[in-house]
Amino acid sequence: MTTSVNPADIYSLARHYRFQWEEAQQCYVLLFPEGMIKLNGGAGEVIKRVDGNKTVADIVTELQQAFPDATDIEADILAMLQLALEKAWLEKRN
Amino acid sequence: MTTTGNNGVAASKTNTQPLWLLAEVTYRCPLHCAFCYNPTDYDKHTQNELTTEQWIQALRDARKMGALQLGISGGEPLLRDDIEDIVREARQLGYYSNLITSGVGLTEKRIQEFKEGGLDHIQLSMHDITEEINNFITNTKTFELKKKVAAMIKGHGYPMVLNVVIHRYNIGHIKEILEMAEALGADYVELANTQYYGWSLINRSQLMPTKEQIDHAEMITNEFRQKVGNKMKIFFVVPDYFSDRPKKCMNGWGEVFMIVTANGDVLPCHSARVLPGMAFPNVREHGLEWAWKESPAFNKYRGDDWMKEPCRSCPEKEKDLGGCRCQAFLLSGDAESADPVCTLSPNHHLIEKAIEDAKNPQLQAQPIVFRNDKNSRRIAAGEAPELVKEFHALP
Ligand code: SF4
Ligand code: SF4
Repeated sequence: MTTSVNPADIYSLARHYRFQWEEAQQCYVLLFPEGMIKLNGGAGEVIKRVDGNKTVADIVTELQQAFPDATDIEADILAMLQLALEKAWLEKRN
Repeated sequence: MTTTGNNGVAASKTNTQPLWLLAEVTYRCPLHCAFCYNPTDYDKHTQNELTTEQWIQALRDARKMGALQLGISGGEPLLRDDIEDIVREARQLGYYSNLITSGVGLTEKRIQEFKEGGLDHIQLSMHDITEEINNFITNTKTFELKKKVAAMIKGHGYPMVLNVVIHRYNIGHIKEILEMAEALGADYVELANTQYYGWSLINRSQLMPTKEQIDHAEMITNEFRQKVGNKMKIFFVVPDYFSDRPKKCMNGWGEVFMIVTANGDVLPCHSARVLPGMAFPNVREHGLEWAWKESPAFNKYRGDDWMKEPCRSCPEKEKDLGGCRCQAFLLSGDAESADPVCTLSPNHHLIEKAIEDAKNPQLQAQPIVFRNDKNSRRIAAGEAPELVKEFHALP
């Protein structure tokens, strides 16, 4: 089941999942049947960009530009996406 | 950690948020399930249901406090004709909403409106692969209907969440039940072993399977999980009577769950009303924020200050918070004692006895007390001592 995330992959949120900003918790959340996940700052920024159009490489570039002070975030982003994929939060589009 | 004031009634002392709101919008139900967890005296609460406006206000208030997941349940919620309005409001407020239904009353027209209104998913209860057992345990002829409703849910692009309560009558069919779920295109299947509250507590000896049956069912479930992978997520809710530690009930009293009942009572868990000497807040008198943060009832068992031994000095106390207060009370008569499920509890023999009783052919053969208005009325009026003598505080 577990495939690994590649730069050219395009993902979208899994069907029936909803991603939204929560004012009361001051974080992004992922909502799905029978559960929810609070995403910490970094994870929220990654998932926010998963839209069924951008490739993983696009997401990495965008985040590097958005957070120029953060070093070496590529590995973190890939790890985050890998985890999300294993948890079946994401669906592969291409 | 929380701090307690005098007499356990402290001023606001929580920074927790009710992430889950369960709206038990009605106790009326066309089914009569033997394992129903609704209060046995529910008949008292069928006349004074909250209005649509009151529900909408409750949704708004809870959302402001951070509630995110909304369960619309009952009874059978579809017996109300305003679920469409509730669903629409829920979507606008940003809830992820779930209709928990027996399927009775779901029509093409209604599901269409739910879809347009933004209902996120529908959880359907199924009982068995055989018509005979479905109809027996629910005391209704609903087998064919449930299959039709399952197809309707799928047809409208909803994730299909099947909930199957497991008991002695269907535990031998786990594999077939999972195959049926797969054939119906279920995305999630919850195999929920019966928990003994409300009606299921009365019928405990008739419903409880053996440890061997449960172990076998779990093994089959694991095999099936391997086979289907992520396509169909299967949850197997282990029955606490057969473990040596209790569950962290509701993830902690007043920690994440808030329940508003048909008549507006605000509860930290489904069965909390069985506890003695508790005055639960009601939305007709108090806002949800007060109920959650300030009410004596929500603060009573929050955290661990209320504990006695063996829980108080137990190194595992943060793991399970002493288990379920209702179970402790229903079985031992002492709401502040350790949940009898725990092998460290001085009352653990009550669980062992229940397991033994469930093997006793004479007790097994007792007629099941189905959840219906007549039985509920008798229990509420104290006219059915033969049904309640064994347990504390039923109803
Ligand atoms: S468990 Fe059965 S009887 Fe109880 S509310 Fe649900 S469908 Fe109705
Ligand atoms: S003694 Fe109490 S706190 Fe310790 S494990 Fe048992 S129930 Fe939990």
